[in-house]
Amino acid sequence: MSEQPRKFDPSKATSFFTGRGHPGWLGLQYSDHGDDWVELELPWREDLLGEEGQRVLASGPILSLMDMASGMAIWRAMDEFSAIATLDLRVDYVRPAREGASVFGRSQCYRLTRSAAFVRGLAHDGDAGDPVAHIQAVFMKIASTARL
Amino acid sequence: MADISDIDALTPYARSLGIALESWEDGIPILSVPFDELVEGRPDHYHGGATGGLLETAGYAVLRAELARQQRAAMLKPINITVQYLAAGKSRTSYAAGRITKLGRRSANLTVEAWQDDRSRPIATAVMNVLMAEPTN
Repeated sequence: MSEQPRKFDPSKATSFFTGRGHPGWLGLQYSDHGDDWVELELPWREDLLGEEGQRVLASGPILSLMDMASGMAIWRAMDEFSAIATLDLRVDYVRPAREGASVFGRSQCYRLTRSAAFVRGLAHDGDAGDPVAHIQAVFMKIASTARL
Repeated sequence: MADISDIDALTPYARSLGIALESWEDGIPILSVPFDELVEGRPDHYHGGATGGLLETAGYAVLRAELARQQRAAMLKPINITVQYLAAGKSRTSYAAGRITKLGRRSANLTVEAWQDDRSRPIATAVMNVLMAEPTN
């Protein structure tokens, strides 16, 4: 099945989100996408390590990676960019990421309602069949009339 | 009681993000992070990931402080975290403090709150489980 033409193309839109701010600081990059999922890459960085004395990526950047990939998966599924806010995000860290490896965050928006978006995803360091983390999250659409 | 030198164990990640130890309150470290481009998501607001990173760091900090108090050496490994985002984090300093709900031999259960101007109105909360592994030499 060929992909339907869409307005929101993650391969083009990613640089808009990752060129600045927190995603820019982390150095997030576009990796891959499908109809309702987006995968971003978090390149290895020495200053993002966790526990002192260990060569293991901290868990915080993985949480940020998955939050960003989830947001983009939702815009992909909605096929438009609109304001959304994370309501609830759960991350299970099933194993440490390999030293020196990029971590890839793949999130799928499996259900959209009028006000909420439900996502699930995983983080891996090269083999999606052997994840480093699993996530589950709910985002809320922010109505344009709502106060921030 | 643990003092600041006992938990200079803010991770390299936490220091890079600008997280600092603000003060101590009944043995609990209060952490802060200034609003900066490093933490920004949509304009003038915290990125959910940055808020999550602050919560997680405050959770590890309270656990490290308690382990130091008990003179227990352990390597902390994340098991999981669930973050509840309650209000938008705006363009000002955020604070976070954790509480140990259960300290076991191998794992700890923590709750953490983050706030800005008004501590009674948290912007996010988290529940975390952390594994305490034997230190390797």
